[in-house]
Amino acid sequence: MITERTLPYWLLAPSLIFLLLLFAYPFADAFFIAFRAEGQWTLENFRTMIEDINFGLSFWNTLLLVLIVVPLQLAIALTMAMMLTKIRAGRDLVLYVWTIPLGISDLAAGVVWLALLSERGYINTILSSLGILDGPALWLSYETPVALFIAVVLAETWRATAIVMVILVAGVQLIPKEYNEAAEIFGASAWKRFTKVTLPLLKPSLQTALILRTLLAFEVFAVVVALGGRDLPVLMGEAFLWQFDYRDNGVASAYAVLTLVISIAFTVLYLRVLRVKEEAQ
Amino acid sequence: MADITPDSLKDERSFLDRILPRWNVWQWLFVTVCVILCLWVLLPIYLLVLSAFSPRDAVFAWPKAFLPTDISTDTIAFFFGVRGVLSAFLNSVLVAALTMIISIGLGAPAGYALARFRFRGKDSFRLMIVMTRAFPIAILALPLTVTFIKLGLYDTVFGVALVHSALALPFAVLISSSLFMGIPFELEEAAWTMGCTRAQAFWRVVMPIATPGLAAAAIFAFVISWNEVFAATILTLQQPTLTAFLLTTLSESPLYFRFAGGFFLVVPALIFIFAVRKYLFSMWGIANR
Repeated sequence: MITERTLPYWLLAPSLIFLLLLFAYPFADAFFIAFRAEGQWTLENFRTMIEDINFGLSFWNTLLLVLIVVPLQLAIALTMAMMLTKIRAGRDLVLYVWTIPLGISDLAAGVVWLALLSERGYINTILSSLGILDGPALWLSYETPVALFIAVVLAETWRATAIVMVILVAGVQLIPKEYNEAAEIFGASAWKRFTKVTLPLLKPSLQTALILRTLLAFEVFAVVVALGGRDLPVLMGEAFLWQFDYRDNGVASAYAVLTLVISIAFTVLYLRVLRVKEEAQ
Repeated sequence: MADITPDSLKDERSFLDRILPRWNVWQWLFVTVCVILCLWVLLPIYLLVLSAFSPRDAVFAWPKAFLPTDISTDTIAFFFGVRGVLSAFLNSVLVAALTMIISIGLGAPAGYALARFRFRGKDSFRLMIVMTRAFPIAILALPLTVTFIKLGLYDTVFGVALVHSALALPFAVLISSSLFMGIPFELEEAAWTMGCTRAQAFWRVVMPIATPGLAAAAIFAFVISWNEVFAATILTLQQPTLTAFLLTTLSESPLYFRFAGGFFLVVPALIFIFAVRKYLFSMWGIANR
């Protein structure tokens, strides 16, 4: 029966059922697949995963990427957000340009930077015209793992800083102007106002941005494949490989479960370190 | 170049003085950083577009030209001539369109319920919606391959659209809820007192106001689907989307093919972000609290 009391539930029901079928069910199923082999509960899949030659490498590569990319993005996004509060003319245009990467997929970002960094690419052209390089040079191969890693950092920073910026800009807009004005009257310098007024008040947004960005950073995949193929193993790349090439659903799911566990661990860490007091919310 | 004499230098400075605004050092620094950050975003895209619209053999050119001296649709024509590209392109459009319909069709009513009603379980529903973002896509897609094979949904456009809808639905719910919250309830009440039923009031009063916002949410769902790589690749074999096709052929395809593919991934994004730019902040700002 549709009555005033039950109407909201009728409106919610379709999306709730959909999410249960396509989120909750596969989620439970993933654990089931990861922890089972040949009809019984086992850690066999995890053992195969850990004993795989690429496991350690993919784990550390992913972790290192997250630890470098996320702080870098936070710094750039914070700079952008603070600059946007000062721009008067052309603010909308600048904002639009800075949000463009929001719509660019990780695969496309990888291809974009491939065009720049390929052997006879644009960056090598610039480097050699500056006299740094003698001619075409190879960056994206297994022989130059550091350069390949830096390329992935560049592409990831280029693509995914926009989302952090949008969250921070939204957060900055929520800070009442009076706080900054008051601090200014009491003689606080611009830097003091930034560290003592803006940053603490921005904490909830910083927390949201950090959590969201870190979770997505652990899923880095297509950028790496587009730039380096299999030369730079990462967790999601291995999951993909086990599923798509080796046809082993169990080990692939083990990778997925591991990624989820790491993501949750980081989320909890952020929630604790950047604790937001009730009254500040 | 002419010799630099004290005279010509003086001229130069006065000329610069005339055309440049009177800013102090800090303002110059500010503008410079701003321009650099804009170029940081735009230049790579420009160079990809340039690569896609150069003739095929320009890939091997050295040194590279930074200006469009040799525009050609040779690479693009080659790209669409490759077997499977056109059907992958159409698959991508279909999947994205289906994702749009499913996620808005299911999400908008839920968003309306969250915006207009008080009921038990509202907060837990909202929390659940926000939580769905914490899931790595792999943990959804990998088990679903098994399920989809059993159900006959594996390697179908509809199957991929279902997974993409699961990704887009939480956004659709949050965006439409903030949208409906922005439309005064009094308007609906006024329509009721004039004799409209609840449904009539919704369709005649609320919907016309909400349509542009819902369209933006739909476009957002389209972009989510158009860009998704992982699930699309492992859930398809003969019927890949454009991203899946590009990813699986990356290792054996020539560079110019990848550049053309990259171009067709980037362009819709540019157009769509432009179309929804007004709504970007209400989407993310509120959706993230």
